[in-house]
Amino acid sequence: MSNEKEPLFSTKNLKLFTAPLNKVNPITVLVLGICSALAVTVKLEYAVVMALSVTVVTAFSNLVISLIRNTIPNRIRIIVQLVIVAALVILVDQILQAFTYDVSKQLSVFVGLIITNCIVMGRIEAFALGNKPWASFIDGLGNGFGYGLILAILGFVRELFGSGAIWGYQVVPKSFYISEGGFYENNGFIILPPMALILVGIIIWVQRSRNKSLIEKV
Amino acid sequence: MENLVSIFVRSIFIDNMIFAYFLGMCSYIAVSKNVKTSAGLGLAVLFVLGLTVPINYLLNKYILSDGALAWLSPNLKNVDLSFLSFIVFIAVIASFVQIVEMGVERFAPALYSSLGIFLPLIAVNCAILGGSLFMQERSYSSLGEATAFGLGSGIGWFLAIVGIAAIRERLQYSNVPVPLRGLGITFIVTGLMGIAFMCFMGINM
Repeated sequence: MSNEKEPLFSTKNLKLFTAPLNKVNPITVLVLGICSALAVTVKLEYAVVMALSVTVVTAFSNLVISLIRNTIPNRIRIIVQLVIVAALVILVDQILQAFTYDVSKQLSVFVGLIITNCIVMGRIEAFALGNKPWASFIDGLGNGFGYGLILAILGFVRELFGSGAIWGYQVVPKSFYISEGGFYENNGFIILPPMALILVGIIIWVQRSRNKSLIEKV
Repeated sequence: MENLVSIFVRSIFIDNMIFAYFLGMCSYIAVSKNVKTSAGLGLAVLFVLGLTVPINYLLNKYILSDGALAWLSPNLKNVDLSFLSFIVFIAVIASFVQIVEMGVERFAPALYSSLGIFLPLIAVNCAILGGSLFMQERSYSSLGEATAFGLGSGIGWFLAIVGIAAIRERLQYSNVPVPLRGLGITFIVTGLMGIAFMCFMGINM
């Protein structure tokens, strides 16, 4: 590898990391990996665990595929990629079950579904197959965090308004609730699945009105 | 029999793959620009889902789950291979999608070119792996139940994508705020459709 010429944190690599956070965000711009993004964002904690798992899998699968990219036969590459990703996901799943059992139970099938998360496959196909290992690793990290950012926003909003809590801690005082003689009631609707979709729609709306270049031409 | 009908109807309407679990959203949003293409993709997904769920059910029952290998020899009673299920499921799905892809290319070339990259990507469609994983998690007790679940989920997905495609064809003539055009409004419309589907929630068979 001729990586010596290029410093590890060159501007180009840094850009690979920061671009997915906003301008080419995997969820709101590239429309990848939405499946899991919505189902696990009822609570902030689940969203963060999920985001970290996806980041780890994306970064390492990018790294591995990039290392062996010149030896994979083109025709069967999807199956090779799936096997590598599946192996990584099994590792993540076993670690989650060992250390955070409750969260792992809550995430249920969605950890397994990281295998088919389009971000992972999308980045492998679009980036890792044609770039050096270190750059691919950074790209995977960046995309994982871009995904995590949206998940964290959704998880925060849905938990705050849906159950009056942040990370499991009650932030809306108990005495505010109608049942306690107050005036406040949780918005139960925001926990239901459809609201996640509408919230993503709103995030896209805000992002695109601030950054006109992202608007689609119809 | 009643049980099968109940699972079938539940998986179409109440536990709809798209509106209740958001599975398969990527191709759902990317391919739903017109009704014809999306019906084709919907059928392909229905076909793959309806066949892979029963196959994976058999694999899970006789090879993967805890103590499943006991039919082979009593010594294997304590073997639990369930940690391998992700890899086995995805391998079955990937090979099946390959077959469907060859079939569509041979018999419906027009559909093949309009689906483009999304046909091989059915292999990584979350709805299909999700179907197998839900089958495993909910531990359906017979092959019939697993099949009913697979077919029902497939039909639910088909209905959802055809519905959104029809709405998006109409949306072209309406005055949507500029930053919402395309992706944003699709999300919001899907959310509204999800709210509509929630009215089936109380049905208990």
